[in-house]
Amino acid sequence: MKFLCVDCDRQMAFEERELPGDGTLAAVFRCPDCDRMTAMLTNPMETQLVSSLGVQVGGRTVPAANFEGIRSEVATGSEEAFVESPPSGPVRWNTDAVERLSHVPSFVRGMVKKIYNEYAKERGIEEMTPDIMDRARSDLGLEGM
Amino acid sequence: MTPKIRTYHEVDEIESSLPGQVAEAEGRVGARLASVERIVGVMSGKGGVGKSLMSAAIAASLARAGRRVGLLDADLNGPSAARMLGISAPLREDEACGVEPARSASGVRLMSMALLLDHDAALRWKDPVDAGFVWRGVQEREAVRQFFADVDWGALDVLIVDLPPGTQRLAELHGLVPDLDGAVAVTIPGRASVDAVARSLDLARSRGLPLLGLVENMSGLACDECGALTPLYEAEGGVDLAARFDVELIARLPFDRRLAAAADKGAIDEWLEGGGRLAEEIARIASRVAPGGERP
Ligand SMILES: [Zn+2]
Repeated sequence: MKFLCVDCDRQMAFEERELPGDGTLAAVFRCPDCDRMTAMLTNPMETQLVSSLGVQVGGRTVPAANFEGIRSEVATGSEEAFVESPPSGPVRWNTDAVERLSHVPSFVRGMVKKIYNEYAKERGIEEMTPDIMDRARSDLGLEGM
Repeated sequence: MTPKIRTYHEVDEIESSLPGQVAEAEGRVGARLASVERIVGVMSGKGGVGKSLMSAAIAASLARAGRRVGLLDADLNGPSAARMLGISAPLREDEACGVEPARSASGVRLMSMALLLDHDAALRWKDPVDAGFVWRGVQEREAVRQFFADVDWGALDVLIVDLPPGTQRLAELHGLVPDLDGAVAVTIPGRASVDAVARSLDLARSRGLPLLGLVENMSGLACDECGALTPLYEAEGGVDLAARFDVELIARLPFDRRLAAAADKGAIDEWLEGGGRLAEEIARIASRVAPGGERP
């Protein structure tokens, strides 16, 4: 799928992705010449088709976490499947962030933690806080997660 | 008036990232398997022929002989390797290195859907639009891909892949793992199983996959007293199949109540420990799956 700005005859570049949480997806593309933007809106069926493949429209923002596809798509994952992994990597989690993470179901917690860690690492953020988590959710289009 | 619009192939300023993402994900399988010496699929045409028990027993037999063995249970909807090997521990993971495989007492490294689900829970996928049939195949293939790529298998002498029943399964595995070293087929003597395995073997041949051999399971019932075999089937399916495809019939195994009971209890290791003729036969099959001597 490509988007062409007809006036400029230029291919539009991916700008951002949003997952409102209702199974749909919005991907915004921008013309590099005239800055005109267009949004592609996909219905839940089209969205699911792409996510089943483990790919993200416009490209990956952070590398895939362990079992990301399985953890995102299996409905019957066990809360006892994974033991809590010890903190690793350069990002420090403050108490509020740890508390907030503890509300994430254990089956996907390791995956969510890695996504936040990668987000922080790429931006040189040293301490994870609920504010950073909010920013990551909005920047990475994780609202539905 | 609308100007003439260039076609999809004429518009090539920016490469679509989707094929690249798929290629990158597949590439991670290859990278992970670089430290695995051999990858062997265990297949059957139909369910219920004892393929999973064979896979688990072969893996345990090799591990007991000092080999570094992985067992990837690709039967997502009927996973049984964890039960047979007595494994239920939760999984550890490292963000960078991957998910640690679970380990059996003999040291078999295992990944199975059973380890991710509650006991007795069926594998169900999120299905927001009630059309799961459209992408079920893709999700399952992706899950198996992650079992290869996201698991910290480490250095292995052999990774055994217990395939779900079905004619196409080996071909699908070959698509995911082009470096597949071969396959062992398990059948029972009955015609229905033999026909299904024949189709699998035909497909494997057409892809140029080396067939390491055939195992005929449930050939007979062994007498507890004297060991004499009473055939369970009139047909000699394994013998016919081996001749037809010119593959070696590695073994014809009796149904063994003690092995079946051990598998139910997760005690295959203890059963192998007990030795006996059947354990020797399994060791012989294992030596075809992973030739080579004991690791010092
Ligand atoms: Zn434009």
